[in-house]
Amino acid sequence: MAERLLDVKNLRTEFIREKEWVTAVNDVSFYIDKGEILGLVGESGCGKSVTSLSVMRLLPPKTSKISGGEVLLNGDDILKTDKKGMRKIRGHEISMIFQEPMNSLNPCMRISKQIIEAILLHNDISKEEAHKRAFDVLKLVGIPDPEMTLASYPHQLSGGMCQRVMIAMAMSCEPDLLIADEPTTALDVTIQAQILELMENIKEKRNTGILMITHDLGVVAEMCSRVIVMYAGRIVEEAPVKELFASPKHPYTQGLIESVPILGSNVTSLPSIPGSVPDLAAMPEGCKFAPRCRYAMDVCREREPDLTPVWGAEHRRCRCVLHDTEEKEAKKA
Amino acid sequence: MSEPLVSVKDVIKTFGGGKGFFSKKPVVHAINGVSFDIMPGETFALVGESGCGKSTTGRLIDHLLTPDSGEIWFNGKDITKLTENEMRPLRADVQMIFQDPYGSLNPRIRVSDLIAEPLLIHTDSSENERKKQVNELLKVVGLSPAHGERFPHEFSGGQRQRIGIARALTVHPKLIIADEPVSALDVSIQAQVLNLMSRLQKNYDLTYLFISHDLSVVEMIADRIAVMYLGTIVETASKKELFDHPRHPYTRALLSAVPIPDPTKKSDRIILKGDLPSTTNLPSGCLFRTRCKYCQERCIKERPKTREISTGHFIKCHYPVFDEGEKEEKDVSV
Amino acid sequence: MSDIDKNTSVNQFEDAEALPVQKSRRKEFVQKFLKRKTAVISLFFIVLLLLAAVSGSFVAPYDADQADYNSILQGPSSAHIWGTDEFGRDIFSRLLVGTRLSLASALSATIVGTALGIILGLIAGYYGGWIDSLIMRICDILFSFPDILLAIAIVAILGPGITNVIIAVAVFTVPSFARIIRSATISVKESLYVEVARSIGCKNWRILWIHVFPGTIQSVIVNFTMRVGTAILAASSLSFLGFGANVTQPDWGAMLSQGRNYLNTAPHIVLFPGILIFLTVLAFNLLGDGLRDTLDPRMN
Repeated sequence: MAERLLDVKNLRTEFIREKEWVTAVNDVSFYIDKGEILGLVGESGCGKSVTSLSVMRLLPPKTSKISGGEVLLNGDDILKTDKKGMRKIRGHEISMIFQEPMNSLNPCMRISKQIIEAILLHNDISKEEAHKRAFDVLKLVGIPDPEMTLASYPHQLSGGMCQRVMIAMAMSCEPDLLIADEPTTALDVTIQAQILELMENIKEKRNTGILMITHDLGVVAEMCSRVIVMYAGRIVEEAPVKELFASPKHPYTQGLIESVPILGSNVTSLPSIPGSVPDLAAMPEGCKFAPRCRYAMDVCREREPDLTPVWGAEHRRCRCVLHDTEEKEAKKA
Repeated sequence: MSEPLVSVKDVIKTFGGGKGFFSKKPVVHAINGVSFDIMPGETFALVGESGCGKSTTGRLIDHLLTPDSGEIWFNGKDITKLTENEMRPLRADVQMIFQDPYGSLNPRIRVSDLIAEPLLIHTDSSENERKKQVNELLKVVGLSPAHGERFPHEFSGGQRQRIGIARALTVHPKLIIADEPVSALDVSIQAQVLNLMSRLQKNYDLTYLFISHDLSVVEMIADRIAVMYLGTIVETASKKELFDHPRHPYTRALLSAVPIPDPTKKSDRIILKGDLPSTTNLPSGCLFRTRCKYCQERCIKERPKTREISTGHFIKCHYPVFDEGEKEEKDVSV
Repeated sequence: MSDIDKNTSVNQFEDAEALPVQKSRRKEFVQKFLKRKTAVISLFFIVLLLLAAVSGSFVAPYDADQADYNSILQGPSSAHIWGTDEFGRDIFSRLLVGTRLSLASALSATIVGTALGIILGLIAGYYGGWIDSLIMRICDILFSFPDILLAIAIVAILGPGITNVIIAVAVFTVPSFARIIRSATISVKESLYVEVARSIGCKNWRILWIHVFPGTIQSVIVNFTMRVGTAILAASSLSFLGFGANVTQPDWGAMLSQGRNYLNTAPHIVLFPGILIFLTVLAFNLLGDGLRDTLDPRMN
C-alpha cells in the first residue's frame, strides 16, 4: 500500500525581473509516495529547479515569492511552517543534492566537520556518536576508506566521491524525501552508473521517496517509476514511465523522446524541435508550446489548455487540445 | 588506398614539472603514447571521460599545443616541427569548433565580422565578396543576414554554436576538429546541430575529428571510433564493430553505463570499481588495471602494446574480452 | 547553393527563427548614468568648459590681454563681474580664454600618457617574459616618485614652457595605465575566444588589437577621467611654480601664482582662478566616479 509522502497542489512561484513579477512555476501539482522515484523532466528554463527550491523553501526572499498552492509533506502544509520549523525539516525530513558536487561542499572545511555539523543540527547526540554515524553513512554510500575521506578536504576528492559525500550528508538524518537536482549531470558516465546504483539501493533499503530532476531521458527510463514533463513553468504531461516512452501524448514529450539518440539504434539523423524556449517575460498567448508545435491549430494560440486526465488512461495527465479532441470523439461514438 | 589526412604517431604530452618556489611541481602525464590515422572524408570520433586527454589531443592536432615527443602529420607535413609562423597559413585547412558556445565568440564583435574573420586572414577577397560569403553561410546554418548584425550575447547557446560552425566553414577547411560541440546544449538543440553537421559534411566534403564523452551522440555521427582512457587509446574500431563487439573491458563498461532512454530494456550495468587514477601518478603496466575486473599479473607488470585483433579493430589489452561462443580470431597484428 | 534536404528541421528555421529581442546596451547605459545626479551635473559643467575652450575668445566681454590702467585691482563689479588684476585685465575674460590653454594642456597630456601606457601595458601583458619585467620595472621607478616631484624634475631638465609641462604630466600618467592595462590584458588573453583567434590563424598584432584590447578598455575609462583632473591640477601647480606658461598667457595656474602678491589687498585675483581649478578637478573626479558606478554590472 503506497503511502503518500509529498503532495504538491497548484504551486505557483514568481520572480522579480526588472521591476515586474514573472511566473516561473505556474499551477504545478504532483505527488510522491514513499519508496518511489518520480522523474521531473524538462530542459533549461522550464522551472524544474525552481519547483524543487520552492518545495524546500530555499528561494531568495526578496526577489521571489510563492504566490499560491500547498505543499503537503506527510500531510502538513509546509508552506505555512515558520522559519524555525523549516530548518528542522530541511536535512531531516527532506534532503537535497545538487548538480555540482564540487561546489556544494565548503572548500575550507574538512568533510568530517561538514557531515557532523549536519548530523548534530538534527540530533541531540554527542560528537563521538555523530562521528560514528558519519562513518557509517559514508560506508553506506560505498566509500572504501571512510576515515580517510572524513579527514580530507573537498578538493582532494574526485567528483564522484564528492557526490557520494553529498548523498551521505543528505542521507545522514534519514530523510523521508530526497530531492536530487541533476545529481549526475556533471559526472562521467561510468561514475554516473555508480551513483545511480547507489540511489536505487538507498531507495530499497530506506524506503525513501526520491524526486529525480533531470533532462536526461536515459536516467529517467532507468530510475523512475513515474514521470512529469515540464515546459515553460507548467506540467505538460504526467505518466508512468513505460507508458510515457511507449506512447507520449504531448507533442513536446514526443519531440524530446524522438530527439534523443539511443545507443545501438544506428540512426544517422534525428528529428529535432525547432525554435527555442520562450522567455518568461514574453510568453505567447494560449498554449506555450504552440510556436514550436507541429500540430498547432488556431485554438492552441487562443486559449491555454488545462492539464486533464487522458481519455482511457485516467492515471495519466496531458495539457494538450489533441487528446481532448480524442476524448470528444470517443464520447460522441 | 588513399593517404590519411591526419596521422598521429606515438605522441606524448606532459604538463608541469617546472621548478616551483619550494619544490618541483608535479608532472601531469596528459597524453601517454597516442597513435591514430584519420582518412579524408570520414568522421573519426575520439571518445572518453573527463581527464582522458581527448581535448588535449584535439589541441595538439590544431597546433595550439606542441607534443613532448612523437609526430603529427597533417596533409603530408609534420606539423610538430613547424613554428607558429609556419603553421599560420596551414590553419586555413584546419578549423576548430569549441565546446563552450558562450566563451568562444568574442562578445564585442558583430556576428558577421566574427564569421568573416578567417576570410580576412587567409584570402584576398574584397569586402563585398566577404559579405556575400558570410550571408550565405548564415543561411546555411539557419540564420539570416539580419542576425549577422547582432552581437553574440543576444543569441542562445545553440544559435551561437551554429555561428561557430559557420565561422569554421568560411575558408573551406579540409579538417574540422569538433571538441564537444553539443555537450553544452539541451538535448533537442543537440539534434539540430548534429543534423546540420552531418549535412555540411556531405556538401562541403569535410573530414571531422569529433571529440565527445557522449557515446550516443558519437554513434550518430561517427564512422570510426577511438576510446581513450588516461591519455592513451585503448580501442579503435569502426562504429559498427565497436558497438557490436567491444573487446576492451573499459569500452564494455563505458557502453553499458550509458542509460538507455527505453524503460523496457533493462541494462546490465558493468560498474567499475574505484576512481580514475591521478595523472601525476600513473599505474604501472596497463593504465586501466586498477579498475579492471579481469586484471592479472601480466597487466600489473607489462604495459600492453596496440595490436590488431581483426581487420581495422585495434586494441591495447593483454586479455581482450570475448562473449561466450565467439572464437578468438587470429591475431592480425602488425 | 547546395540542395537542402526538405525534411530536416533547418528549413523550419526560416519562420521559427525570429530575430532576438534587441536590448539596447547604449540606452541602458544612458539611463543608468542619468540616475547619478552628481555625475550628470559634472558632465554638464565639463561640457560648459569645453564650450568655453572653443568659443572663449569670441564670447569674452574683454580681450584677455587688454590692459586698463585705470581700473587695476578692482573687485567684482558690474563692469568686471570677477574683477580685474594688477594690469587692469578682466579676470573673467582671462579665465574664459585661458580655459582653452589649461584644458588643452591637461587633456593632451593625459591622452598622450594614456596612449603610451596602453601600448606598454598591452605588450607587457601579452608577451610576458623579459619585456614584461623591463616595462614593469620602469613603471615601478616612475611610480616611486610623487607625481608633482617627478613633473618638476622633468621640467627642470627640459626647461619651462607649456609643451614641457605636457610632456611631464604625460610621463607620470603612463605607469598607472600601463599597470591597469597589463593586468586586464593578462586576464583577457586567457579567454577562449582569444585561443579561437589563434586557431583561426590571426597574427599576434591582430589578436592584440582586435581581440584583446577592446576587452581592456573598460578598466581604463574611469581612470582616464580622473587622470584629467590630476593633470589639470599638476599643470596648474607647475604654472604656479613658474615652470609652465609665461606671465602673459592667461593660464589658470599662472594667474593663481601672480595673485599671491595681492592676497591681502585683492584676494579675488586668487579666489576665482582657485575656485575654477577646484571645481574643474572636482567635476572630472565625480564624472569618473559616476562612470565607474554606471559600468559596474552589480550596481543599478
